[in-house]
Amino acid sequence: MKIELIAIAHGRSGDKGDTGNVGIIARKPEYYPILRRYVTAEAVKKHFAGICLGTVERFELPNLCALNFLLHETLGGGGTVSLKNDAQGKTLSSALLRMEIEVSEPVQL
Amino acid sequence: MRDKIRIASGQGFWGDLLTAPVDQVTKGPVDYMMMDYLAEVTMSIMQKQKMKDPSLGYAKDLLPLMQSILPVIVQKNIRVITNGGGVNPEGCRDAIFKLATKLGIRGLRIGVVIGDNILDRLDELSSKNIDLKNMESGESLSAVRNRIVSANVYFGARPIVEALRQGAHIVITGRTTDTALTYAPMIHEFGWKWDDWDKLATGVVAGHILECGGQATGGNFSADWKSVPDLAHIGFPIAEARNDGSIVITKHENTGGLVSVATVSEQLLYEIGDPTCYITPECIADFTTIRLEQAGTNRVLLSGVKGRPATEFYKVSMSYADGYTAVGTLTYAWPDALEKAKAADAILRTRLGDLGLRFDEIRTEFVGLNSCHGPIASIPAVVNEVVLRVGVRSRDRAAVERFGQEIAPLILTGPPAVTGFAGGRPKPSDVIAYWPALIPKSAVQPRVVVTEAP
Repeated sequence: MKIELIAIAHGRSGDKGDTGNVGIIARKPEYYPILRRYVTAEAVKKHFAGICLGTVERFELPNLCALNFLLHETLGGGGTVSLKNDAQGKTLSSALLRMEIEVSEPVQL
Repeated sequence: MRDKIRIASGQGFWGDLLTAPVDQVTKGPVDYMMMDYLAEVTMSIMQKQKMKDPSLGYAKDLLPLMQSILPVIVQKNIRVITNGGGVNPEGCRDAIFKLATKLGIRGLRIGVVIGDNILDRLDELSSKNIDLKNMESGESLSAVRNRIVSANVYFGARPIVEALRQGAHIVITGRTTDTALTYAPMIHEFGWKWDDWDKLATGVVAGHILECGGQATGGNFSADWKSVPDLAHIGFPIAEARNDGSIVITKHENTGGLVSVATVSEQLLYEIGDPTCYITPECIADFTTIRLEQAGTNRVLLSGVKGRPATEFYKVSMSYADGYTAVGTLTYAWPDALEKAKAADAILRTRLGDLGLRFDEIRTEFVGLNSCHGPIASIPAVVNEVVLRVGVRSRDRAAVERFGQEIAPLILTGPPAVTGFAGGRPKPSDVIAYWPALIPKSAVQPRVVVTEAP
């Protein structure tokens, strides 16, 4: 089945220089393995094609049922250098929550 | 020794809700209030203000705030810790002393933490072979040395704890880690040892939760923002810390907002890197060990945090001048709103090209369609209106200024049904670029001066 991430996760994002940090949290503990399996660094890099020009790193926080992503070279230089409306990456988390994943296991939404 | 203290968050950034600190000291019991004023580039703004007037260079918002809360915090013995001293903590102290005299308050003790400002020491440090190379790119400081505007070391809790020990009612620091403003009082009150890594790390985590104010209590909450009650009167977070190292995050009763595992979790993920390695001057906290549980209405218990020894370095935050930017906007209405905005952008770029102006970057976004989500956003079939937003950046100030003169002419010399040019010509802004570095702890010493009102 196809799931839009916002149905099973919420999140927050921010900046460190030209790197965006995007944290997403499973809405229920049983969704965490789904996030872990499908929302890989590669999938996120692909989702942010044209936005994230560098690498994507992923870190796991099983205690919070959460994943943290670092999106390098994403904020147009960051800080006051950036010409972006969202120079601080505040909306990157909602951009990630638009991602659709195709899951093979049954998920109770 | 008290077995429980309540530390309130009063400001999450310079420009935050002005009523929040007043509410924190009047709407319920608190023992301490922390206020964070310093973003990464704030110091450079303050440095410029101080260059124009040597008595300035701190968060000026603190003065009207102190005017309204000084009598309350003195009467209730609430101690205030803030990094709003910026590049001039002593000037900030002197201004608050003047206020206290005017308000008839006697015996006020203010502690300042100084020594973080190393702008005047850069050559000396370089002569000692301490190259403050960019910790992200690895470049040598010499690449930007003559353009450095500000240079400050991030101190931790130690000097704040010392100021509290000397009886300061108010502690004003320059550059300090945001988290230290919250865990310093725990160390002071409970006598936590400097190698009690787990307790220190728990305090650090509480600090990370408090440092952005309402962002931990239902503000900017993505899980279910509609469920957050009365955001108009949002209560800022309070850390209720106990000697045993357990901490409850809460807020005053009869305030709006929400404290839940979800609101706190979102804040924990804000602006972090490797969660196992959250580095502060006093310890390294492991965010993958944090346990959160709902412990009552608007109460979240924080426990289980593991910490380990700190590194031998302080982080240094420097800023340097790196040219100019300007942003112009125009609003295009139906029909063909997006096509017209795109055509206007092309005309603008042609004219800038004809003028021979050089820019490091010209960036076009269509606000209402893709300025947030870029190519991830889908474009609707009918666009009622769209804001064309064009930004430029250049080392050449004249080019940026000239760009600002090319926006308004598009109204009468470009596609039709265009408006939204009320603010005048876009003016060039200084680009202040950020240069993070590391410095051996042995190379800098914080100084603490506690003074009683004259």
